[in-house]
Amino acid sequence: MSIVFRREFRAYFATPLAAVFLVIFLFLAGLFTFNIGGLYERDQADLRPFFQYVPWLFLLILPAISMRLWAEERRTGTIELLVTLPFALSDLVLGKFLAAWAFSIVAVLLTVPFWITLSWLGDPDHGALVSGYLATVLLAGFMLSVGALISAWTKNQVIAFVLSVAVLFITLLLGYPATLDVARTFASKGVIEALASTSALTHFDALMRGVVDLRDVLYFVGGMIVFLWLNTAVIDWKKSD
Amino acid sequence: MAKVVENSARAAEELLVATGLEKRFGDTYAVRGIDLRVRAGEVLGFLGPNGAGKSTSMRMVTGFLEPTAGAISLCGINLLTHPIEAKRTIGYLPEGAPAYPEMTVEEFLTFVAEARGYARRDARDRVERVIERVHLQGVRRKSFETLSKGYKRRTGLAQALMHDPRVLILDEPTDGLDPNQKHEVRTLIRELGRDRAVVLSTHILEEVEAVCTRAIIINQGTVVFDGTPTEMESKAPANITKNRMDHVFRMLTTGEGERRATRRTKGSTR
Ligand SMILES: Nc1ncnc2c1ncn2[C@@H]1O[C@H](COP(=O)(O)OP(=O)(O)OP(=O)(O)O)[C@@H](O)[C@H]1O
Ligand SMILES: [Mg+2]
Repeated sequence: MSIVFRREFRAYFATPLAAVFLVIFLFLAGLFTFNIGGLYERDQADLRPFFQYVPWLFLLILPAISMRLWAEERRTGTIELLVTLPFALSDLVLGKFLAAWAFSIVAVLLTVPFWITLSWLGDPDHGALVSGYLATVLLAGFMLSVGALISAWTKNQVIAFVLSVAVLFITLLLGYPATLDVARTFASKGVIEALASTSALTHFDALMRGVVDLRDVLYFVGGMIVFLWLNTAVIDWKKSD
Repeated sequence: MAKVVENSARAAEELLVATGLEKRFGDTYAVRGIDLRVRAGEVLGFLGPNGAGKSTSMRMVTGFLEPTAGAISLCGINLLTHPIEAKRTIGYLPEGAPAYPEMTVEEFLTFVAEARGYARRDARDRVERVIERVHLQGVRRKSFETLSKGYKRRTGLAQALMHDPRVLILDEPTDGLDPNQKHEVRTLIRELGRDRAVVLSTHILEEVEAVCTRAIIINQGTVVFDGTPTEMESKAPANITKNRMDHVFRMLTTGEGERRATRRTKGSTR
């Protein structure tokens, strides 16, 4: 598994695309945090604006990473090589996923200077920031695992991208306060809560607020395990298409 | 009694045994009931028209595709129940010789060496060896996507030889090579075949005469000929003098050669 991981992780940096990607991410994250989110105007020493926008930023950016995971492998035919090397299918799935996740963590770590700026300007609640970053990293893994599963399904990267954005958009919307307010006008409270609890955004918000509840962590970790398991099954089934 | 023992000792072990192989895609059969037995020291030429099921059969014996029915064993290991152990015994050049486009030849081969379980130093030694063996010295630092077709094919071959496998499955190993490279690769395959089981698919019938000890022709997923190249050639009617192998191939896979042959025979008797 570590062999697959290393090959994949290096592949991200083999082209200038990785640098472009990281710069765009950092630029947008900065824009959302400082300008649109108004970090300075808020006069509060926290990164709330960053954490509030990061799920939506991920929505557009992570599917661009996950779309190529399997679709590319199928297009070039290298999947035939991978599958006939003495690897377990689950090692391939895990190695590829972890490389994508690690790459997204590199992107997230590039925003740590925001935190440093904050400590410099004021006196932030470091505990809340740690849990905010934990939430961000878990959300990235969760969203990538969904994208990887969709990438396993299709040979076409564009389809993989669009489908991943669509699916992830729905799962974020289900936890978005404005959607829930609309839903409240016609659905019962129980239904609303059940719906919201399936959304990644709900669990992300809970963690971001600084209360690390094990159930929220389990939601993300459990989700990743389920999607990666499904990923293995789909690859086994559709590898030759 | 002594004779029997002597015979079985002389007969090389069967390294690849596939029985009753079948593969169905949707409701069409790509392969229907193929048996393959290849011993060490044999180079088996796998022939057949486009779409006959050659690649599909190779994909099954290398563990890429699960057969719809049938059993496969490699060096005595059941591929379907012990896939990882069985895959260790084979080297495989998939059709079209795929590799990661952005990696250099050296990086790609190192990845395969590591995947085959060799660590740093061993991996480097292995990579050096195969680079020398298939003459890739000149392109080792080039990225795969910039290689010419022939060098891509050779990189694929190098990758398949990495761990000195006892079973080699090569899907069109000489496709796209120039005459010099073809000659080189054929010499290499003959050499490899001395103590290994080699299966190669090809559309070039001279290649069968040049390197194979045995040939199998499949058509529409079933075996229509199994024998030595000499036996194959001898199936052609005596009045055919040129391209006898091609004639037999057409005869067995289209029936066309047969018709023409009978016509000619009739003509000559008339
Ligand atoms: N993944 C797949 N899905 C559906 N049909 C397939 C698939 N792979 C192969 N086939 C079909 O199976 C048949 C055998 O194909 P195969 O690639 O094994 O032929 P081949 O003998 O290797 O031909 P060629 O000489 O052109 O390489 C063909 O009719 C092909 O269309
Ligand atoms: Mg083929």
